[in-house]
Amino acid sequence: MITADLHPASIENVPQPDFSKPLPPREGDRIIQFREALKEAMSHEMRQDERVFLIGEEVAEYNGAYKVSQGMLDEFGPKRIIDSPISENGFAGMCTGAAMYGLRPIVEFMSWSFSLVAADPILNNVPKMLYMSGGQWGCPIVFRGNDGAGGQLGSTHSWCVEGLFANVPGMKMAIPSNPYDAKGLLATAIADPDPVFFLESERMLGDKAHVPEEQYYIPFGQARVCREGDAVTLVSFGRPVNFCIEAAEKLAAEGIECDVLDMRTIRPLDIDSIIASVKKTNRVVVVDQSWPFAGISSEVITQICERCFDWLDHQPVRVNTEDVPTPYAKGLEYAYLPNPERIAEAVKNVVNA
Amino acid sequence: MPKTTAYTASIEYISILDEQGKFDEKLGKGLITDEQALDLYERMTVCRQLDEFAFKLQRSGRMGTYPQNKGQEAAAVGSALALTPGQDWVVPSYRENAALFMMGLPMHYVLQYWMGDERGSQIPENVKMTPLSVPIGTHMLHAAGIGYAERIRGTKNVVATYFGDGATSEGDFHEAMNFASVLKSPVIFINQNNSWAISVPRDKQMASETVAQKALAYGMPTVRVDGNDIFAVKYAMDDAVKRARAGEGPSFIEAVTYRLGDHTTADDARRYRDPQEVEAWIARDPLIRTRKYLESKKLWNQAKDDTLQERAKTIVKEVVATAEGVSKPEIDSIFNAMFAEPHTELVRQRDTMRTSSLGKDPSQTGLKNTTQNV
Ligand SMILES: Cc1ncc(C[n+]2csc(CCOP(=O)(O)OP(=O)(O)O)c2C)c(N)n1
Ligand SMILES: [Mg+2]
Repeated sequence: MITADLHPASIENVPQPDFSKPLPPREGDRIIQFREALKEAMSHEMRQDERVFLIGEEVAEYNGAYKVSQGMLDEFGPKRIIDSPISENGFAGMCTGAAMYGLRPIVEFMSWSFSLVAADPILNNVPKMLYMSGGQWGCPIVFRGNDGAGGQLGSTHSWCVEGLFANVPGMKMAIPSNPYDAKGLLATAIADPDPVFFLESERMLGDKAHVPEEQYYIPFGQARVCREGDAVTLVSFGRPVNFCIEAAEKLAAEGIECDVLDMRTIRPLDIDSIIASVKKTNRVVVVDQSWPFAGISSEVITQICERCFDWLDHQPVRVNTEDVPTPYAKGLEYAYLPNPERIAEAVKNVVNA
Repeated sequence: MPKTTAYTASIEYISILDEQGKFDEKLGKGLITDEQALDLYERMTVCRQLDEFAFKLQRSGRMGTYPQNKGQEAAAVGSALALTPGQDWVVPSYRENAALFMMGLPMHYVLQYWMGDERGSQIPENVKMTPLSVPIGTHMLHAAGIGYAERIRGTKNVVATYFGDGATSEGDFHEAMNFASVLKSPVIFINQNNSWAISVPRDKQMASETVAQKALAYGMPTVRVDGNDIFAVKYAMDDAVKRARAGEGPSFIEAVTYRLGDHTTADDARRYRDPQEVEAWIARDPLIRTRKYLESKKLWNQAKDDTLQERAKTIVKEVVATAEGVSKPEIDSIFNAMFAEPHTELVRQRDTMRTSSLGKDPSQTGLKNTTQNV
């Protein structure tokens, strides 16, 4: 229970992330799933910060529609792990108020596709609240859930909201591509005093990797270089980062070495790392699993053109989903999404031009 | 001033053919002819078998996620019987297959859709229904709008929309009810209250005693019926259809039923439901109840049932074969239904895909048509 009136800005008694601390090693043998990494980040923050609670459809008794909150009801009880009625607009709006008055809600959307029925709270209220209240009311909410094509779920269930939502000022957006980053980024998201949109992927929740037991906080706005090369810069975020790495490994066998950057957060965007890489390779392919028009890839390429146009030896190229709703049929869905074959095709066309 | 009563209301509950097979002659007379009752029983049986088969298809990797309708067939057929196919609309969610088939949708469409092929949502021209709606609750507003369109066109056609108990927590539900009422849209809101929204029981979904009472706030006639009783459903539906056709606006029916299966094939309801609760509802299975009714009227017997079960099996097999026999969609098809005329950028994207020329202008590569069925 909350014992005192806690203004969002009040951080008494809650340890704050120390970003100057070096991150624990990525290598190791504590192999767990992406979903467990998310749970660890949430549980740790909940243990040390009584303001944090989790709400969403099926998060409690069912342990999460995708088993992300496994065991959390047992540990934290029904006051802090809350099964909500099917009412996204309702619980997103309710959490807006809770956050304004000092709580730290983690709102799980079963899928980001369903956040569209909550457009007003999440886009029109939360990111603007601090600004519109002259700095009085923050909204330290984490909205999290599955983003992107989950594997034949049809177009209304397969939204990539990043292109659309990242346009709104006042919020942060993190899109991890692997279990290690998932834990470190979610920890930061929960501790962050601003609203954070945290985009997971149903297709990655079962991915396994070493994840340190301790809580660690990956600073927002810092890309990770996953692979180094001089032929071309591959910029991506979220699930397609893994496709970029796969394509880069195959291309390496053909003598094409790629610099692969995982952006990790879209807002803030680590454009400096991108520019540094492009100045080295002089070629860039941006891989973005949302639609091409006015999306993240368009933004990244615009900024590249603004900042290092003269360094480019080839026009920037992007690999997006096609400009159509997500197809339901298996083969069509695969062909529509960025995949290792399409990425390799783009790289070869850029390098061999 | 003393306090006065500003508003009182009560909700009727209708049961005609009860769990024990007792039939209320007064309410039930002339509601469903023997011939119709036989037809409904057959349809429910076929649907049940389709469900069982679909479950196996999913388990053997031949189908994606599928929501079984098992246990809720009476609410579907009892309500659809009051509608006129080709004239009236059905705006469904996903747990009323039998109603869709009664409205004329070929059965393989539903399977084809859940197998992951959008062509299963290309509703045939003579069938007035919208595609299955998976975003919970959003379709009820569409029903209010379609009903209004029918009104503006001056027809007497009505719109039946189906949704679960959980869906009534969505704002869309309340907005749809309000709109339909205010606009006198000829909509019949059919709530299939099956007690569960995935793992969330009704009492965690809402604090109201009935779902039906929610309609009171929107000023529409509302009733609660035994949803496993084809007669009770038909009774309430006849009433509602009559009002809607007469221009008197929407009505609400809460059909109390139960989801005998899992939420979908991705769920395992044993993890959160009390087996005794499920047992109790198996005893209220609408198929068993309807069959007993037919037997009591000497319209049915074991031999007939055996024949029907065999026939249903054959029908379902054919339906599955039809659904699986459809050729895979062409890769190009994702670009085909975007605009009345595709714009240049889309054509360029399509040509890029055809010629594997990401990063180049496809016109420079010479268009080799590599379109495939995937
Ligand atoms: C807007 C939206 N939120 C959440 C979901 C996920 N979801 C699918 S079915 C379901 C439960 C629906 O329960 P109910 O309305 O009672 O219908 P039933 O499945 O019992 O027929 C939920 C939460 C969804 N499809 N759409
Ligand atoms: Mg339900």
